[in-house]
Amino acid sequence: MAYTEEELKKELETKEYEYGFYTDIESDTLPKGLNEDIVIAISKKKEEPDWMTEWRLEAFRAWKEMEEPEWANVTYNKPDFQDISYYSAPNKKPKYNSLDEVDPELLETFKKLGISVDEQKKLAGVAVDIVMDSVSVATTFKKTLAEKGIIFCSISEAIQEHPELVKKYLGTVVPQKDNFYAALNSAVFSDGSFCYIPKGVRCPMELSTYFRINQAGTGQFERTLVVADEGSYVSYLEGCTAPSRDENQLHAAVVELIALDDAEIKYSTVQNWYPGNDEGKGGVFNFVTKRGLCEKNAKISWTQVETGSAVTWKYPSCILKGDHSIGEFYSIAVTNNFQQADTGTKMIHLGKNTKSTIISKGISAGQSQNSYRGLVQVNSRAENARNFSQCDSLLMGNRCGAHTFPYIEVKNKTAQIEHEATTSKIGEDQIFYCNQRGIDTEKAIALIVNGFSKEVLNKLPMEFAVEAQKLLEISLEGSVG
Amino acid sequence: MLEIKNLHASVEDKEILKGIDLKVNAGEVHAIMGPNGSGKSTLAEVIAGQEEFEVGEGNILLEGEDLEDLSPEERAHKGVFLSFQYPVEIPGVSVTNFMKTAINESRKAQGLEDMPANEMLKKIREKSEMLEIDRKFLSRSLNEGFSGGEKKRNEIFQMAMLEPKLAILDETDSGLDIDALRIVANGVNKLRSKDNAIIVITHYQRLLEYIVPDFVHVLYNGKIVKSGTKELALELEEKGYDWLKEEAAV
Repeated sequence: MAYTEEELKKELETKEYEYGFYTDIESDTLPKGLNEDIVIAISKKKEEPDWMTEWRLEAFRAWKEMEEPEWANVTYNKPDFQDISYYSAPNKKPKYNSLDEVDPELLETFKKLGISVDEQKKLAGVAVDIVMDSVSVATTFKKTLAEKGIIFCSISEAIQEHPELVKKYLGTVVPQKDNFYAALNSAVFSDGSFCYIPKGVRCPMELSTYFRINQAGTGQFERTLVVADEGSYVSYLEGCTAPSRDENQLHAAVVELIALDDAEIKYSTVQNWYPGNDEGKGGVFNFVTKRGLCEKNAKISWTQVETGSAVTWKYPSCILKGDHSIGEFYSIAVTNNFQQADTGTKMIHLGKNTKSTIISKGISAGQSQNSYRGLVQVNSRAENARNFSQCDSLLMGNRCGAHTFPYIEVKNKTAQIEHEATTSKIGEDQIFYCNQRGIDTEKAIALIVNGFSKEVLNKLPMEFAVEAQKLLEISLEGSVG
Repeated sequence: MLEIKNLHASVEDKEILKGIDLKVNAGEVHAIMGPNGSGKSTLAEVIAGQEEFEVGEGNILLEGEDLEDLSPEERAHKGVFLSFQYPVEIPGVSVTNFMKTAINESRKAQGLEDMPANEMLKKIREKSEMLEIDRKFLSRSLNEGFSGGEKKRNEIFQMAMLEPKLAILDETDSGLDIDALRIVANGVNKLRSKDNAIIVITHYQRLLEYIVPDFVHVLYNGKIVKSGTKELALELEEKGYDWLKEEAAV
């Protein structure tokens, strides 16, 4: 067996999507297309109050007037928004009281993903709210959380049970009209998660949600809202895998984080949507708006490991409104074959003595394009704002691309901004060196990639880091290491 | 241990090794000397299985087994070790992690379980003491920001950890000051045994004062043009290589 870079690349490209299977579950699906009636129908199906229906309609009306953005460094066939069904729920409603009532095929799917609810339940310290298509089908550990006054439920449930909280915070960080995809999401979001941590409470476990797209031609529009009240702390995990499919699937989620005075939110994502096959056919379009608001002394950390999707458009951001607030962004983005990723962050410094850190690691293989796009903005009143940005790119082969688009806007002289960027290539000499020590090429790449990503992997919660490391290996190699 | 017969190797149609014969027995140390561009490093890399080189005629046998069809890692698993002239950097991977991976991959190839952590730690402590390596050094990224001397010492540390049957040291002396040279050479001497063999590639006789070879070979223009005992190295130091070039041209 030879170990030239050529052969290596071939091996990478023949890698099949590990989780490419499809679960056949009856669904309750709305007809394709989008108009006010559909928006109202979605709201009705979810038995929402009038204010919510009205909120959705406002968003829809704004969306109708908006145009799909084209500034990102990605090319793709725009989805036909009238050819998508905007609501699909696993059929056997109403909700299940126990796992025994859950469609066995659905449970089988979870097992294939290695996240069987049974197992998750036993895993101490992890509560899971699983979004299968659009309706939450399993929520665990709810009681433990309730004792602390923590609310962790589906957003639909929150609209019913905690309307005052939802009404107060929904759309305050990402307004309905924020951008094309956010407006679309606001109009048609079907489900998602809601989390509220009361004042001074430290959430005792990592809250985690697994998302999964599973209905042909159904867009997935989750809405996540996390509110950390004064002095509270929460670590939130979001992980995704999606089944293999020929046609493109649209995914336009919105995540809003609110960290009130002295609160801290750690939001970690492992994203592994179907990236399309090795000819660039199929794959998920991932157009996500994620943003957090920090009040005084608050801190928000975004950590993401992005390995999937055909097209990714995603910029988890922080608005550092309160004095002394801190925003962090740690990202690993892997692209292979024909994947395109345009991802990064925005750090908006409004308050005094605000601090932000950006560490971005891009890994490109095959013929993929990987772009970092980031904005650091320091407002005129933001005295002594500080930012440190580091963007590193690792290239494998000669046909992929890595791009960096850093934007810096500073309106206050006291600001300190640092930006570092590097680009490197996995060298044949590195591979040979590892080979000579008895480490085969596959393992060598895993080692090199993990080393490259280490600063970010270290930021993930322990159990998630192991999973993420595995994902990196799957994404870049012929088989799981 | 090692037997090389009429070895030819080329890169991009340019022949670099033009018929090498060499026999190294267990317990022996051989030095290979020669002017720049004579093919010393190529020989080292060909033995290690670097596939950049096309091996034409000839064979390399390790304990009687032909290495031809074996990949570099398989050769490593059989006990071939190359101390690189220019060790590469692997950012974010600590020396310890790299060694752990290397040792366990070799064990896996031999059908063994991973080395238990306490055993690994003990070994690391032992070998780092032998080479006078500060253990803090082992948590640094492999070769990243290492001085020339640190890189070479780290190569010998890896040799000590992996305990190869055949070690090839490619210009391990270059970039070392006299103190570092002594430490490295002492380390290599401690690793000498009747069961392993060492090939030392060097330009200078200086290293051979510390690592005393049983045999010295001169490589010139892809061929071994002269072999002898350690006195040959002294002769080369005194007379240079020109007389051998003339001899070879005849």
